[in-house]
Amino acid sequence: AVMAAPVSRESGWFVALSLGVSFIKCLLINAYHSTDFEVHRNWLAVTHSLPVSQWYYEATSEWTLDYPPLFAWFEYGLSHVARYFDKEMLVVQNLNYASSATVLFQRLSVIVTDVVFIYAVKECCKCLREEKGKDQLGKPSFILAALLLWNFGLLIIDHIHFQYNGFLFGVLLLSVARHFQGRHLEGALLFSILLNLKHIYLYIAPAYGIFLLRCFCFTQNNADGSLQWKSFSLFRLVALGSIVLSTFAASFGPFIIMGQLSQVVSRLFPFKRGLCHAYWAPNIWALYNIADKALSILGIKLKLLDINKLPKASMTGGLVQEFQHSVLPSVSPLMTLIFTLLSILPVLLSMWRRPNGARGFLRSMVICALGSFMFGWHVHEKAILMAILPLSFLAVESKEDARTFLILSTTGHFSLFPLLFTAQELPIKILLMLLFTIFSFVSLKKLFSKHGQLVNSLEAAYLLGLVPLELICEFIYPLTSWQHKLPFIPLLLTSVYCALGVLYSFIRLYLSVLTAADSRSKAKAQ
Amino acid sequence: METWSLISICVLLGLTTRWAVSFSSYSGAGKAPMFGDYEAQRHWQEVTYNLPVKEWYFNTTDNDLGYWGLDYPPLTAYHSLLCAHIAKLIDPAWVELHTSRGYESASHKLFMRTTVLFADIVIYIPAVILFCFYLTDGSSKKKVATALCILLYPGLILIDYGHFQYNSVSLGLALWGVVGLGLGWDLLGSLAFTLALNYKQMELYHSLPFFCYLLGKCIKQGLMGKGLLLLVKISLTVLVTFAFCWWPFLSDPQQILQVLHRLFPVDRGLFEDKVANTWSSLNVLIKIKTLLSRDTQLLLSFALTLLFILPSSIKLLIKPTLWQFKLALVSRAKVLLIVNSSLAFFLFSFQVHEKSILKLCSVLMFLFLHLISFVCPFCLSYSMLPLLLKDGLLLPYVVTSVAFLYLGVYLLSALDRNVKSLRLCDVFLCVNRKCALHLVFLQFRVSLVAMAGLSFTSVVLEPPARLPDLFPVLVSVFSFLHFLALLLYFNLVQLTEPPSKKGPKKTN
Repeated sequence: AVMAAPVSRESGWFVALSLGVSFIKCLLINAYHSTDFEVHRNWLAVTHSLPVSQWYYEATSEWTLDYPPLFAWFEYGLSHVARYFDKEMLVVQNLNYASSATVLFQRLSVIVTDVVFIYAVKECCKCLREEKGKDQLGKPSFILAALLLWNFGLLIIDHIHFQYNGFLFGVLLLSVARHFQGRHLEGALLFSILLNLKHIYLYIAPAYGIFLLRCFCFTQNNADGSLQWKSFSLFRLVALGSIVLSTFAASFGPFIIMGQLSQVVSRLFPFKRGLCHAYWAPNIWALYNIADKALSILGIKLKLLDINKLPKASMTGGLVQEFQHSVLPSVSPLMTLIFTLLSILPVLLSMWRRPNGARGFLRSMVICALGSFMFGWHVHEKAILMAILPLSFLAVESKEDARTFLILSTTGHFSLFPLLFTAQELPIKILLMLLFTIFSFVSLKKLFSKHGQLVNSLEAAYLLGLVPLELICEFIYPLTSWQHKLPFIPLLLTSVYCALGVLYSFIRLYLSVLTAADSRSKAKAQ
Repeated sequence: METWSLISICVLLGLTTRWAVSFSSYSGAGKAPMFGDYEAQRHWQEVTYNLPVKEWYFNTTDNDLGYWGLDYPPLTAYHSLLCAHIAKLIDPAWVELHTSRGYESASHKLFMRTTVLFADIVIYIPAVILFCFYLTDGSSKKKVATALCILLYPGLILIDYGHFQYNSVSLGLALWGVVGLGLGWDLLGSLAFTLALNYKQMELYHSLPFFCYLLGKCIKQGLMGKGLLLLVKISLTVLVTFAFCWWPFLSDPQQILQVLHRLFPVDRGLFEDKVANTWSSLNVLIKIKTLLSRDTQLLLSFALTLLFILPSSIKLLIKPTLWQFKLALVSRAKVLLIVNSSLAFFLFSFQVHEKSILKLCSVLMFLFLHLISFVCPFCLSYSMLPLLLKDGLLLPYVVTSVAFLYLGVYLLSALDRNVKSLRLCDVFLCVNRKCALHLVFLQFRVSLVAMAGLSFTSVVLEPPARLPDLFPVLVSVFSFLHFLALLLYFNLVQLTEPPSKKGPKKTN
């Protein structure tokens, strides 16, 4: 006890987990980084050297500022530390500047701001229902901390590919933890700050809105859990509204005053992009695209279609942003919006009728995230983390959620593989993936060992199929002659294969909400 | 969690760390004309691929021994040949005779790093796992913790995946030897160790304990009966393995002599650069190199080395019985002895190369659960600081060392609260137990602070113009003092091993 006296046994493992992953992050400083590295360097330069009025107009680099104002201020803050590392990185004209001091600073900034994430995970662990006196390594809180802190997706996206998701998800998880703790106003404040940091979190805003309205602004339920209209508290609504509005005012206010709102909004929502990102995210549209392609090939084979009338080069996949459908109808942004709303509506309604507390809210949030991932316009594969991370929380509390989590996280993480395409990073992504997957399977299986098998044999076979898929995509296919003719096939296979798993998890999650509502009403009736 | 899953997680962590370290620079990157160890290994591939075996160790027009000539035993050469064949398949320019000199590219670096990783996975890591599971005692959790610590030991990772060498091969083979002996498979053990010896001559550091242990075992079984048979079997294994490794050179005595001359270059002097041993530390005060003739130096170092390893060896020779009843005891005691002789060799042997200290570290790690031995590996990798700084490996060095330090302290405190009092009290028999512990911890802390301070100054400050080598010398003297203390400690532990410790173990 002389050496390690200050670290108590209970919190010891948490410190070990978070320090351990931070060491791994530090070792990845010299790894490959994507163009996102230059994106953020450019934003550092823009916010540091230009007046606020120029931030959303500056276009020297093609990577213009397209995050909301609070994130710009975040970069502005970072740039004041960056000065002490290398001043050259703060010059807007120094495109693609990446001196070793710049790399060190940017990487360290991600690692250090992850402290928010670590703190949020600690708060989340406190919200778990736990049995006492169990083995430390088998406790739900340990498993949750490991699943969140060592999340494969966060590691490779933030610390290899380069982004600040750890920090952003930290704010999100902290907000969730506050709702669990009943500190709803704080939670709402954190979420509105998050929206002003990165607007992609708008996807889950409906869940937040309904939850706060239903569980915070209405103070009481009827005996059967349905809404008691009389309990509406205007004071709470006003408090909530003023918090959210003042956050937005602080963020967008200056730009509204300068009359730049439309410019800012046009930067935030560039609708010129195509239905799918260069690499298809594993969602409905990936399946839709492949169905279209299959139908058109079939049509040509059966002489039903004329090859000359089909759109040319419809599938140079990975190179062309626009994908033209040849048989099935094309999809417009408005349609994706409608589909998305339709997909999340039942869940929101169910939450409105029977809220089921913060856990019900978290479940609706995961479904919102997944629904927009499945049906959204120009979805990035990285957005899957928005479902995987909150789902980790549910996974350590119920067996069925654990099952969904294992399928969703494994396929979702696997679909991130194409992000890292360099040979040097190939071993590290496979090792980290194995590390996370083995840990999640083994620990969750142990956690629910009393309740039998976690995944059935069909699901296991599907997940094991990822192994040959990886072997084919990254080891065998590049050696064949097709690599030059059809280089996009591995990406296509990956995204279609993973889309099946994500879709399956989506359906399972949906069923879990609907059947839960069902069983509750049955229980009431008896 | 089940043990297999914990072990696979540990192995994955070890591999991840290894590969992440491999992103950093290697020795002599871009430093023409001589480059560094990376180029040496590449050059050996070039030589072994393009020249006939007879020319490998000779200075010819095609083989300039002055430029990274082959000076490791034949097994290393065969390994290079194997790698060269693969390299040739990928890109012939990598091993082209003459023109490939100083070849550097991102894909070549990737290839070289992969060969190290492959050797590690095939040889070193299985040996570590076996060692931890069969030859250490304690709960399975403790075994896993030991495995994790050995796998994450920074010294080996930094030298193999940063600086660039294949230490995991020779160390792994030696470890297979230990495992073989520990499990009672003497023939397999001697085979593995002979292979290790034929991969890197530095394994000689470990040879005496192997020899003494096996000989002692034979004597114990009776030199007239069973023991003789065992002795014959072992010697035959060793001889056949040697013959197999040296086959192409056996036809001509000239060849053998030349290889030996390449392996043991006695004319290079007492020590190289700033190595943390007695000679270079003494050199700070007295200029030995100029004071003594080369022969005297050789004799002196040999005598001192022998003096230090003799007591422990004799003890092992006389009493191998003590370790036969319990595998755990076998391992612990044998390992103790290995440590002793390695340390002694390191400190007093002739012409020590910095990296050979690795030999010792991995062995020390087996004693991990003694706190004091935990201090040392840390200190050992610290002694390599000047070398790592030269290679531009500061970042991985700091990260892996701090991680290792934290891991050690954390696991020690989490797993077993009694560990700290295990052996220390044996040494400080006469001293109050608590007081002794406090002393050790105080020393540990002072050492840590000193190390951190010295690292910081050697990175940040410019040395004074008159003493350009000030910081490396300070580091080496500092490390030497620790090694010396360690050597004394281990000798003491081994010689004073109290019988009470063994009594109950034997009976159960």
